[in-house]
Amino acid sequence: MGRIRSLLIPGVDKQLLVRDATNVMPDLARRRFIAGGASFGALTLLTGCDVSDSFSAEEMLKRISKFNDGVQAAIFNPNALAPTFPESAITRPFPFNGYYDQEDAPNINGADWKLEVRGLVDNKKSWTLEELYKLPQVKQVTRHICVEGWSAIGSWTGTPLRDFLKVIGADTRAKYCWFQCADSDGYNSPLDMATALHPQTQMSFKFADEILPRAYGYPMKIRVPTKLGFKNPKYVISMEVTNDYKGGYWEDQGYNSFSGS
Amino acid sequence: MSSLAASNEHSVPTTAKVIQPAWVRTVHWINAVAMVLMIMSGWQIYNASPLFGFKFSSSITLGGWLGGALLWHFAAMWLLMVNGLVYLTLGFATGRFAKKLLPITPEGVISDARAALTGKLSHDDLSKYNYVQKLLYAGIIVVGVVIVLSGLAIWKPVQLQYLTALFGGYDVARYVHFICMAAICAFLVVHVVLALLVPKSLRAMIIGR
Repeated sequence: MGRIRSLLIPGVDKQLLVRDATNVMPDLARRRFIAGGASFGALTLLTGCDVSDSFSAEEMLKRISKFNDGVQAAIFNPNALAPTFPESAITRPFPFNGYYDQEDAPNINGADWKLEVRGLVDNKKSWTLEELYKLPQVKQVTRHICVEGWSAIGSWTGTPLRDFLKVIGADTRAKYCWFQCADSDGYNSPLDMATALHPQTQMSFKFADEILPRAYGYPMKIRVPTKLGFKNPKYVISMEVTNDYKGGYWEDQGYNSFSGS
Repeated sequence: MSSLAASNEHSVPTTAKVIQPAWVRTVHWINAVAMVLMIMSGWQIYNASPLFGFKFSSSITLGGWLGGALLWHFAAMWLLMVNGLVYLTLGFATGRFAKKLLPITPEGVISDARAALTGKLSHDDLSKYNYVQKLLYAGIIVVGVVIVLSGLAIWKPVQLQYLTALFGGYDVARYVHFICMAAICAFLVVHVVLALLVPKSLRAMIIGR
């Protein structure tokens, strides 16, 4: 919902916009689970019941997924560090991954780019890349685990997000840091505050000691080694500190929102 | 239970004897549903990043796409784990495991396997497992424990990193998880075929006798 609202532009025909959006949807099968899941649920669990009832298999699965968010938040240890690896363990070449082809990845001019900061923060000034590069940086060699099951070890260098949150005077009692990206589809993702404050959660500016290449999210990626890959947004353009759950690109389609590893 | 069974044996011989108590039947069928949900959604999850050079046909997977399959998998896991813990607890507490599954001797397994293959294995007393059954039932319990632990290792390789390390790391844990699934499927085929060949064993798992 949030995404659709943010896509509305005054003077643009809503129906045409929706039709265009439907055309660029990545893969119809990705949105088919509702039908598939509900029909199986209807067959096995609800035989004889009206599926249009308030209770459906899909509704039940969503509720259990929310329950699983709570379980994962409860077992999340803010002091447990993701395992780190020697440089020799880095996966080469590190895979490009996105819901678009590599040549369609956002192409950002770093000189024009600014990180917008919004929400529950003292200082809402936008940050240029030059200003961000001046913040202290640390390097991590950690395992990136994709929701699909594969994994790859990479090296990311950047500023711990918790240091940046301190610099901008963020209210760290808020529930989420909500990131928005430069993708044409408006990729976004919420990050729970406990994870945002984890020592390894990082605003990454480099991959393998080189300025973050376009394929891996230039100019800035949020590296979260305690989450699945899709919770590591690339091409980030803004961050909002908020108490509201604003959804996310994949989260809205059914991936578990916490998705901690 | 023993006095009841004894008095029953006097009045109505053998047929009235409870072979599978109610709790065993209950956890058995809940486990059957949970296993099928886990395996079918697991196949869909596997298809997103196959370990081997094949995918499972979408006609036998659950969830429609990766996200749907993950929702099923992480919902059914609670059913599988809670039911499995009840089974293990009662199995040890009631002495059923010790009485039914032990001892398992290599000689017993070999001679019973030979008898089974030559059609000479007796099925007169279903309350007593032969050595092949003992081995398979004890073995599948171990596989069940390992598939849950390897699943947890894949699900939480940071929070449960010592468990993941025990399996030899994240990537190895995925293979262990898959191999356990394959073992369960193989067990399932033999189990169902034998239950159909000896229908009174299936009846005992439904109505108890």
